[in-house]
Amino acid sequence: VNCDEARTLLHGYLDDEIDLVRHLEIEEHLRTCEGCSRAYGEQVALRSALQAEDLYFKAPSRLERRVRAVVRDSARTPWAGAVAAAAAAVVLGMLIAPMLFRPSSSERIADDIASAHIRSLMPGHLTDVPSSEQHTVKPWFAGKLDFSPAVVDLSGEGFPLVGGRLDYAAGRPVAALVYRRQAHLINLFVWPSSSTSEVAATADVRQGYNLLHWARGQTNYWVISDLNAAELGQFARLVQDRLASAPAK
Amino acid sequence: MDRSLPVWPDVKVLVDDPSRQARFEQVVLPHLNAAYNLARWLTRNEHDAEDVVQEATLRALRFFGGFHGHDGRTWLLAIVRNTCYDWLRRNRPAELHSAGDHVETPEDTVLKRADRLRLREALDALPLAWREVLILRELEQLSYKEIADVVGIKIGTVMSRLARARAQLQQRVLHRNEESAR
Repeated sequence: VNCDEARTLLHGYLDDEIDLVRHLEIEEHLRTCEGCSRAYGEQVALRSALQAEDLYFKAPSRLERRVRAVVRDSARTPWAGAVAAAAAAVVLGMLIAPMLFRPSSSERIADDIASAHIRSLMPGHLTDVPSSEQHTVKPWFAGKLDFSPAVVDLSGEGFPLVGGRLDYAAGRPVAALVYRRQAHLINLFVWPSSSTSEVAATADVRQGYNLLHWARGQTNYWVISDLNAAELGQFARLVQDRLASAPAK
Repeated sequence: MDRSLPVWPDVKVLVDDPSRQARFEQVVLPHLNAAYNLARWLTRNEHDAEDVVQEATLRALRFFGGFHGHDGRTWLLAIVRNTCYDWLRRNRPAELHSAGDHVETPEDTVLKRADRLRLREALDALPLAWREVLILRELEQLSYKEIADVVGIKIGTVMSRLARARAQLQQRVLHRNEESAR
């Protein structure tokens, strides 16, 4: 860790938002670097000053009355029901449409994915190529699959890469990329799709594991983990964003 | 389709559900202080903050179906924050573009004394994008992930934004102290 990095990271350190390795690095750096150590001391002082002052604005009691009135009025407004029903129809449509257009085999694929995930968690089955380097994992697949999976680096977002593995799902060999969120392992399965149609992210649950799958750019993506659905959704969005901004083909 | 549709509890909430109103109040009212505090710091005016919270409540009602029950505070704060931005865009558009991307390096002077008014003024004077992360972190004690969700930025951006916000806040406080010492 150099001083430039430390000046940013010490905030994560102060907020207890960096991983253990970084934490120890910063601790060591602060011990040895006088300038950064002083900067850290200043931030600690600033924080205690912020917390010592009464800077929090409490909502005035009339605001609660106003908010309650808004809620009551919304229930009385004659068109509110219609709006809600229309919104429900839209939401239902959005939920059902991907299911209708989902290949009928997708239930079976979800079972495959869950089995593959559980198998991967058994000792010694997680990775064929253990590496946090996308540039090590991606080329490893060359010659082992009839496609080259894009491998994105999400370590900055708290989803470090653990490695890659060959697996078998949906009746074909597929690439399995393993990521981690704290203690939770995430398997991202990737294989080419014969169809050009896109499938929006669809959630599913199998044997207690959360699944998400989507199809984009003639590629099928399935993620599965014991991670909660919200963070798994975040992971999926990050993968989608990263692939959209830098297609690694 | 060989399987029945999965149950989507939120859809039921949207359709005629008599307890919806009560449930909405249960989700929103406990976080009214958080909503008001954020709106107050972003609009820097108590009346505007109340209007924004009222408008945000309307929006929250409309989007209640999309609320999946993980964390009412983060959900509400995201709506309040967006409502603030829309309100500022309509009423004080200049503030949205006052993002100071030019930061001087903090001087190596220790923050000795920051009296109440100075700290408050210094916070008020920060550009919007930095003020909001500081309020969410220091006053609302949100985690980086929650801040990322509310503001709509990547988790990785939260720390660097906080670093710049704090550096500038510190400099502003010091600066005022130096000026007043003259």
